[in-house]
Amino acid sequence: MTADLVVVGAGVVGAAGAYFASLAGLRVVVVERGALAGGTSSAGEGNLLVSDKEAGPELDLALYSQRIWREDLGEHAGLWEFESKGGLVVAASEHGLASLRELTVHQRRYGVEVRDVARAELRDYEPHLSDGLAGAAFYPQDAQVQPMLVVAHLLRLAREAGALVRTRTEVVGFLRDGDRVTGVRTTGGDIPAGAVLNATGTWAGGVADLAGVHVPVLPRRGFILVTEPMPSRTIRHKVYAAEYVGDVASSDAALQTSPVVEGTGSGTILIGSSRERVGFDRTVSGKAIGTLAAKAIALFPMLREVRAMRTYLGFRPYCPDHLPVIGPDPRAPGLWHACGHEGAGIGLSAGTGKLIAQALAGDGPDLDLTPFAPDRFPEPEEALR
Amino acid sequence: MPDTYDVAVVGAGPAGLAAAVESAAAGLGVVLIDAAGQPGGQYWRHYDENHARPDDRRGHHGWSTFTRLRERLDALTATGRIRYLPGHQVWLVTRDENGAFTLQLTPTTSTRVDGAEEAGLSRAETARALILCPGGYDRQLPIPGWDLPGVMAAGGAQALLKGHRTLAGRRAVVAGTGPFLLPVATGLARAGASLAAVVEANGTLGWLRDPVGAMSVPGKGVEALQYAALMARHRIPYRRGTVIREILGEGRVEAVRIARVDRVDGRLAGPEEEIAADLVALGWGFTPSLELPLMLGAETRRDVDGSLVVVVDDLQRSSVDGVYVAGEATGVGGAALAVAEGRLSAVALGVALRRTPESSRRAVVAVIGRLSREIRRGRRFAAAMHRAYPVPVAWTRWLSDSTLVCRCEEVSYGDLVRAHRDLGAEDPRTLKMLARPGMGWCQGRVCGFATAEISACLSRRETTAEDLRPLSTRSLAVPVTLGELAALADDLPGN
Ligand SMILES: Cc1cc2nc3c(=O)[nH]c(=O)nc-3n(C[C@H](O)[C@H](O)[C@H](O)COP(=O)(O)OP(=O)(O)OC[C@H]3O[C@@H](n4cnc5c(N)ncnc54)[C@H](O)[C@@H]3O)c2cc1C
Ligand SMILES: Cc1cc2nc3c(=O)[nH]c(=O)nc-3n(C[C@H](O)[C@H](O)[C@H](O)COP(=O)(O)OP(=O)(O)OC[C@H]3O[C@@H](n4cnc5c(N)ncnc54)[C@H](O)[C@@H]3O)c2cc1C
Repeated sequence: MTADLVVVGAGVVGAAGAYFASLAGLRVVVVERGALAGGTSSAGEGNLLVSDKEAGPELDLALYSQRIWREDLGEHAGLWEFESKGGLVVAASEHGLASLRELTVHQRRYGVEVRDVARAELRDYEPHLSDGLAGAAFYPQDAQVQPMLVVAHLLRLAREAGALVRTRTEVVGFLRDGDRVTGVRTTGGDIPAGAVLNATGTWAGGVADLAGVHVPVLPRRGFILVTEPMPSRTIRHKVYAAEYVGDVASSDAALQTSPVVEGTGSGTILIGSSRERVGFDRTVSGKAIGTLAAKAIALFPMLREVRAMRTYLGFRPYCPDHLPVIGPDPRAPGLWHACGHEGAGIGLSAGTGKLIAQALAGDGPDLDLTPFAPDRFPEPEEALR
Repeated sequence: MPDTYDVAVVGAGPAGLAAAVESAAAGLGVVLIDAAGQPGGQYWRHYDENHARPDDRRGHHGWSTFTRLRERLDALTATGRIRYLPGHQVWLVTRDENGAFTLQLTPTTSTRVDGAEEAGLSRAETARALILCPGGYDRQLPIPGWDLPGVMAAGGAQALLKGHRTLAGRRAVVAGTGPFLLPVATGLARAGASLAAVVEANGTLGWLRDPVGAMSVPGKGVEALQYAALMARHRIPYRRGTVIREILGEGRVEAVRIARVDRVDGRLAGPEEEIAADLVALGWGFTPSLELPLMLGAETRRDVDGSLVVVVDDLQRSSVDGVYVAGEATGVGGAALAVAEGRLSAVALGVALRRTPESSRRAVVAVIGRLSREIRRGRRFAAAMHRAYPVPVAWTRWLSDSTLVCRCEEVSYGDLVRAHRDLGAEDPRTLKMLARPGMGWCQGRVCGFATAEISACLSRRETTAEDLRPLSTRSLAVPVTLGELAALADDLPGN
């Protein structure tokens, strides 16, 4: 078996890469060590947010992805429960509201649609919001999908376009010709390939190591709470506190919890999510889930009596500069990366997949990939010096 | 910080009662937490004590064991050696850096003992060690029509009968497999229901004849004979090698359609027949409640009956340091075995915590030896019983495309087949994520076993522990309000 492209990792990013590459006519083989969507893509939420991003390359990628979700993938939107419900970012204090307004000024300049929401209008958006909030901003572009269905259907569509998907197969090394990467070695045998895409999310640093290149992707843990089913439209949009944007961009290792509260198609309400850097520790943190619950109640007092059915956790793949890694690796020709999307990989996957397919096909990608270059980080030794 | 107990015993069924009483006897400080309002668990689930009648103990085997344990519990509670918290469910267990366990408790809504001042409060308790005795509940298999009102779990019918003196229907069919169908049937009959049939998927009252079984636990053979006699006295038709094909009715149960099955693998094999009924009680053995052991990371395995159970060593120790497990959660095996395991875990913990005085070392060693032998015998008996009453291998062939597998989320068998075939869901976790079985209110308690078996069967392989784990694991052992969760933010140090 020879492939034009081996995609390592069947998460949302790998699935999007495989889908767009297959559509572009490449012979694609997807290799996944576990089950499809068995990594972080089944351990988070499915928010496609522009609201939480400050101006810069990530916002550019988010806006580009918005277009891909709605245009290129628009015909399939129903398969993965795409819902363009809009996000409401609320500020508790006058001071918070002033910073929020400042953020929106910049965002508008970059093409984000946003409406200022005055205190008196808050209940028109969300009838159950707490008293005493200062105001909000409404982002109509914010949308949501069911990430596992995205992965499964993109891979199904890729298979229909000729791709092969091999689960329970782990990449354990690379085939090399000098510096060049010419395929992968897996627990199920070697697969020669013209190009290999490292889409292994939080584990991408380890896979890069196998090729002798340094890509610093680290885990940032997050918990989510799921409530019992509620009547539909109890909570109508994605609602979160303005402090969330600061938490997302933060490099602090300590626990941060700014809840995003949203209803789902099945009636449950999702409350996510905390952020903390504790390695791959899977033990449930009472502090993290307790704080999430407390802050969700602060936004929606009626949630106090609503029961949580479960909590789950995942590890966001993050890089030190909080930007993903997307593009060819000049240190190991033939090796490409699409990883490190941190807390936005579901949203950014569509754009990432399309850009990778364009670049692989030799077309100039729609977006400049320079800010996402794999070799932008100092080598570990340099970093120590 | 509240007092730290030497041991927290979770569950006051046969295993937990024995564990708590024996722990206190070994000199340990004990807190005993149980979801039910009264001690006894599912075996000794008895009438509300405050309104009991003398003949209420009928239908209870091992009543004297229970009364003895109960008296000791009362005495030890009165002297403060055991703190007994009925009506409380443990929903989260965490561990601090010193290895102490914190258990979060939520009050249950079930009936409570009068004057139990503990009831009604959320609270946390801490302990140095745990003896988990969470028991189990009826195992269910989906069949067409099982979501109709009037269909219940066998244990549910029994519980209504024992706990509330409520007769759940007038004309009943008890169906599934295993010897526990018999006490349910005779109990219903004694309460005045007419028993249309006991529908047993497997061949015979095999365990009566099984030499290993009968020899291992003599009392058991006697018990079974008594039930057989009761069945005869109430003239209850016992249909062997037969299953319910479909439950029929408009808006509620009106009849069942039964069919004979192949003796080897349970494939439908015979003519069908309709039986009128307004109550259907179903039971296919038991599913151990593993939320707490799994939450703590205890190793598990698949037992002879196909259930996921906790791996314990010969002193009831799980793979997690300081966590002992006894009773149904280590393997379904009946009340007597549960009592022996509860005792052994307590005695072993007493030794581990060095509370056993030098003078009684020898006696303790003898007790451990005796209990270990009893447990080994009990396990052999249980294995023989499970082999005589397996869930038929071909049961998934009884399903039709529209049969609901997950009632909470209304996921049909066809939905699972499609998620497997079209979307590539090769294992139960992926099935759950793509088709939503086990995502609803019960979080897979009812459909978890069935989903695991269906998934394995669709992938043409045997069910493994790996298949069972994802739908047995629950991050919160029971749902709690966000208000209760929020209290954690203040109480716990950051971690
Ligand atoms: C709590 C939480 C909430 C989140 N909420 C959102 C949100 O609302 N919106 C959003 O856009 N994003 C969100 N995210 C982030 C998002 O989930 C991730 O960015 C995204 O899933 C990453 O996708 P991926 O495909 O890169 O990685 P993954 O989904 O982890 O896929 C990588 C795959 O690679 C496989 N793999 C690893 N090593 C190997 C190997 N050697 N061989 C073969 N296969 C291998 C893994 O098994 C895995 O399946 C959230 C994350 C968390 C934790
Ligand atoms: C209808 C029926 C008939 C039976 N007939 C017989 C028979 O004839 N002979 C025989 O030997 N066996 C019989 N059994 C089986 C017997 O009941 C069990 O083997 C025995 O009860 C198991 O004891 P246990 O202590 O392990 O669990 P259980 O009796 O199930 O007790 C567990 C207790 O733990 C509590 N609990 C669980 N989780 C939590 C939590 N998170 N927080 C707080 N509390 C919790 C439960 O509420 C329960 O009170 C029968 C069972 C049924 C249902």
